[in-house]
Amino acid sequence: MAPALNSHDLPPDLRSLQLEIEAHARDLGLDFFDTVFEVLDYDELSEIAALGGFPTRYPHWRFGMEYEQLSKGYRYGLQKIYEMVINNDPCYAYLLRCNQRVDQKLVMAHVYGHNDFFKNNHCFAPTNRKMMDEVANHGNRIRRHMERHGEDTVESFIDSCLSLENLIDIHSPFIRRRDGSTRYDFDADEPDDQPPGPARFRAKDYMDPYINPPEALREQARSREAESARPQPFPERPERDVLLFLLEHAPLKSWQLDVLSIIRSEAYYFAPQAATKIMNEGWASYWHSTILSTRVLEPSELVDYADHHSGTMAPYSGRLNPYKLGIELFRDIEERWNKGQFGPEWEACDDEAARRRWDKQLGLGRQKIFEVRRIHNDVTFIDTFLTPDFCRRHNLFSFRYNSSNDLYEIESREFKKIKERLLFSLTNFGQPIISVQDGNYRNRGELYLHQEYFGVDLKLDDAQDTLRHLHRLWTRPVHLETCVEGRPTLLSFDGSDHTIRPLGGPNHEPEPKDRRRPG
Amino acid sequence: MVRKIERDQNRFRQIVRGKIKADLRKYISHGEMIGKTGGELVSIPLPQISIPEFRYGRNGSGGVGQGPGQIGQPIGRGGDAPPGPGQAGDSPGQHLLEVELTLDELAEILGDGLELPRIQPKGKANIVEEKDRYTGIRQTGPESLRHFKRTYKRALRRQIASREYNPEQPRVIPVREDKLYRSWNPVHFPHSSAVVFYLMDVSGSMTDDQKEIVRIEAFWIDTWLRSQYDGVSTRYIIHDAVAREVDQDTFFRTRESGGTRISSAYTLCNQIIDSEHPPADWNIYVLHFSDGDNWGEDNRQCITLLRDHLLPKVNLFGYAQVESPYGSGEFYHELEEAFEDVPNLALSEIRDRDGIYDSIKAFLGRGR
Repeated sequence: MAPALNSHDLPPDLRSLQLEIEAHARDLGLDFFDTVFEVLDYDELSEIAALGGFPTRYPHWRFGMEYEQLSKGYRYGLQKIYEMVINNDPCYAYLLRCNQRVDQKLVMAHVYGHNDFFKNNHCFAPTNRKMMDEVANHGNRIRRHMERHGEDTVESFIDSCLSLENLIDIHSPFIRRRDGSTRYDFDADEPDDQPPGPARFRAKDYMDPYINPPEALREQARSREAESARPQPFPERPERDVLLFLLEHAPLKSWQLDVLSIIRSEAYYFAPQAATKIMNEGWASYWHSTILSTRVLEPSELVDYADHHSGTMAPYSGRLNPYKLGIELFRDIEERWNKGQFGPEWEACDDEAARRRWDKQLGLGRQKIFEVRRIHNDVTFIDTFLTPDFCRRHNLFSFRYNSSNDLYEIESREFKKIKERLLFSLTNFGQPIISVQDGNYRNRGELYLHQEYFGVDLKLDDAQDTLRHLHRLWTRPVHLETCVEGRPTLLSFDGSDHTIRPLGGPNHEPEPKDRRRPG
Repeated sequence: MVRKIERDQNRFRQIVRGKIKADLRKYISHGEMIGKTGGELVSIPLPQISIPEFRYGRNGSGGVGQGPGQIGQPIGRGGDAPPGPGQAGDSPGQHLLEVELTLDELAEILGDGLELPRIQPKGKANIVEEKDRYTGIRQTGPESLRHFKRTYKRALRRQIASREYNPEQPRVIPVREDKLYRSWNPVHFPHSSAVVFYLMDVSGSMTDDQKEIVRIEAFWIDTWLRSQYDGVSTRYIIHDAVAREVDQDTFFRTRESGGTRISSAYTLCNQIIDSEHPPADWNIYVLHFSDGDNWGEDNRQCITLLRDHLLPKVNLFGYAQVESPYGSGEFYHELEEAFEDVPNLALSEIRDRDGIYDSIKAFLGRGR
């Protein structure tokens, strides 16, 4: 008997299109995982998009919210998802059934661009390439916890975890900051063998009192003792991976630990996609445009293609479109390296006419962009390749919030300012940088977090509500050191009351200033 | 098959309606999608819940944009999320389309979003008629409604499939499972027409921001009522110490100064109803927007006018109080005290633009 045809399988015409585009992509030097395309109706596509691309994700209301938004937006004709691609081996990608053939071509070519990026960009190296299966397991585990402990209990615990989801250390997959510890490692606390005596230099007997003077030895022994008597900071160094710290030290039940570890592992899986948004979209757009316009586009499809391509690239009402920024930067790099517009000689040249004519016919462009897509992330990409010329050509500007009239205003068109703002919005995905400073604050088992301040205040009410969620996990009072209008401030939540207290300075008050009952 | 997402979707809807997880309700915001009708942008309500996290606020924030503009030129209100690529996260590739919506579609969207009931007919002569039409089929029903042809076909099919059918002796006997019945659906025939009176306080204490709120709310109410009635006429009345009828443009643009005497508007409205829109033939809506700062002794007169003249004639009297930096807002409480549980009087206070949706719901949620 012939196997039943799955309605999501690619129909033969699209299948042959896929083979054709795949051949072109390979021919152009892209290197990708096998790709599995599925065709879906809009409803199904919205569902999968709402679930972050994973049909088997764990149940949670926020996916329902996403779904409602996507499907409503489509129904009212306001927005449309074009493409959806999952970093996995094999790579899964979804096509919209009702799309025209030219759109399918565009999406397929775009997907091969993403796929190549997932496989080769270094940020994605530590991600789990069997995430499809992993997420399905997560779903099953959470469903099991829900059956046992109740839907509401588990879901609201997930809410708390999600509220802390961004407190991860995005660099930790690449840097081993400390040895991992487990909560079952009971030996760790046992004292080591007798500490070795004070260090002595080797010396002949008669020289010994001079080379190892007894007073110095006694001094050394004393300081060593003092050292061990002083309380060890906990954690030893500030811990950026707050979720890991909670996993290791918060008094959680085993199902709670499991849920928290699931949220954390998915956060780490998605982090590289956020860290390379501009590059990833730019790279995929570069390749769909290259493949379509030089290889597979038929003359009759040209107008539709141009329409849809420009629709995707258009900046929406003055905002920066990552697709547009990415593709233009890649093209700029390609052109500069083709013409040899780099290096000290180029930098030193300030003759405008000569710069314009500059063309050493090096033809290194393609090679360079392949290198760029391997070793950069958005922050280093912008830092290295954004030029004043580029900003001027593309009409970039920086803006800022003006609190006196409650408006965002154009601030400057200076290169330095633009780059600064852009880099800031990309650093740590534009999220505040927060670490665990002390897990035993005031020697009362309270949790003390510290935020690095860069001149932008936290959203205060959100921060307080987040502390409340944090308290649910930690169960002892929690504190966050931050700045409010430039003044160091401590936000605390002790389980029933919020306090806001300025730290140090002339306004220092030992007693909490603002005591408010939770609503 | 129940799709997996439906569970999540129901859960979300329940939270929004306040059925479960009350702790999340305070994070509900009325996000919006932007649609376009007749060259004008309109926002479509779309509830959203954002889980709190440590995130940057507005003070000191900024970003990078692209396009023309002078330095210092505003590009967005503080209420909007600060734009920028950093916010894009892991969202799938999508882009916004700008599509023309018809007013009917808009009304449907509004009705969907706010779960507005259809308006119930008033009186007998001029009603939104509801008729039953037999358009459906179902498995159960009274024998008198049995669909003979379909039942016969099903019985035949079953007998052939189970080899009970004998062409020599074609006897078809339906059993219970074969039987199908006609069923009906209510169909609405809007026959009547309605008139909406917009009354607005244009005394000095109403600022442009408040008028903007009135304009948005009036637009949506208009859109909804037009989808419910055949023809809707609108009349506009402005008042400070005296009232006069104006056209739509003047209504939204006038700015007068001076005192407020709300009764003047009610009197005028009452006169127009009596002379041009007899309640026997019209569904009448009176919506009054003010900041609630009335001339003290006038309140009693207003209440008398409402009780004796306006309320008996109208389908709905809505009073929306926009919060103003100057107004005292006492009129709201006066009405609240005077009319407890009057079914065709709706009161709402609008604090800011977010409050518009709730206010529309308060007015139209009664289905009158």
